[in-house]
Amino acid sequence: MQNFIDAYSWVNIRFLLDGLWVTVEVSLISIIASFIIGSILGVLRYVKIKYLSAVVGFVVDIVRNLPLILIIFFTYFGLPHLGFKPGILFAAMLAMTIFESAMLAEIVRSGILAVDYGQMEGARANGMTYVQALWHIVFPQAIKKTIPTIVSQFISLIKDTSLATIIVLPELLNHAQIIYGQNSAFIIPMFLMVAFMYFVICYALSVLSRILDKKLA
Amino acid sequence: MWYILTHYWSELVQGLGYTLLSSIIALVFSTIIGTMFAIFEVLPNRAMRIIGRVYIELFRNIPLLVIAMFFYVIIPMYVAKIDGFTAGTIGLTIYTSSFIAETVRAGILSVDTGQMEGARSNGLTYWQAMRYIVLPQAFKIVIPPLGNQFINLVKNSSVLAFVAGFDLMYQGNSIASLSLDTINSYMVVGVFYLIITLPLSYYMRHLEKRLA
Repeated sequence: MQNFIDAYSWVNIRFLLDGLWVTVEVSLISIIASFIIGSILGVLRYVKIKYLSAVVGFVVDIVRNLPLILIIFFTYFGLPHLGFKPGILFAAMLAMTIFESAMLAEIVRSGILAVDYGQMEGARANGMTYVQALWHIVFPQAIKKTIPTIVSQFISLIKDTSLATIIVLPELLNHAQIIYGQNSAFIIPMFLMVAFMYFVICYALSVLSRILDKKLA
Repeated sequence: MWYILTHYWSELVQGLGYTLLSSIIALVFSTIIGTMFAIFEVLPNRAMRIIGRVYIELFRNIPLLVIAMFFYVIIPMYVAKIDGFTAGTIGLTIYTSSFIAETVRAGILSVDTGQMEGARSNGLTYWQAMRYIVLPQAFKIVIPPLGNQFINLVKNSSVLAFVAGFDLMYQGNSIASLSLDTINSYMVVGVFYLIITLPLSYYMRHLEKRLA
């Protein structure tokens, strides 16, 4: 019991919260960037431009089917060999963004496919161009349908940032490892606290996603 | 890339073997455990439902790496000596089982309640009805999502690299540091992963279309 009291000293908790903040920061920036890139890729894959859509589709499928850890390694250890040396934080965010963009591209595309084709036809019949109809009529409806899925994707992104401990990103799990590295009696308290912190954030988001699902459905 | 392939072929194949082995073991056990907790959640007994719910929500919302590291660091210290491969596969099983439980639960709920009622009124016990009538129909519905879980499992098995599990990612790292050719090493490893995951994901898409 004393272990727990010592382990959860204010200094340690604050150190963990610092890590949690990096986790949240990296996840937030990555999800925003990948939402934009993923939407563009998803639309490109949907609109069927000769060659371009096929290439985008193929690249998206490849990235989606690779483990995120591999992409993290590639951005941090591989890119310097191509003449570009990213910092740890940037490498982590870049890897997350590449991976999540591919995931979101697929989500957005399936959202667009789920919008009734009559919406597009109606907009076109009312004199809108294809791009106008896509942007003003179809896309907003598609996003509305996919918001719960995007929130669950965000949850898995938050969990996946823990993988960036391997390139020593100073996030939650990494900070916990630093603390229990100094005192092995803190191992169990640290694991429980880390699990608790991830759980609180992810569970809150999953409740949110369920509420949105009911509201938007 | 050719150099990496020819010089480190045995390491790569060994890594692929461990990745597949871990994924298949985890798939089998997480399907069993996941189905068990999915059934817990649809039982009439309130206490069992709560146990099912807590298990699913708990392990769905904690990162796989934290679960795997827990088994890698803590179990050998207090309980039993287990190696990285075992610890990683246990973590993988527990994490995946919570997702499979959620999928199977949705499958069970989508089976018309009339099926259960009909089976019960024909004299089957609750368990018989579940076993012979409801579950087979539920599994038919959840096969495509289960396939997607398996793809995730293969990708997620790369956490074994963190716990010295000798999987593809672990071998990829050691090849990268031995050959000093990181770009090509990671590309070769990527191709090895794609050989498993890409055909599976195209097949699942095809299956989803056909069943829809």
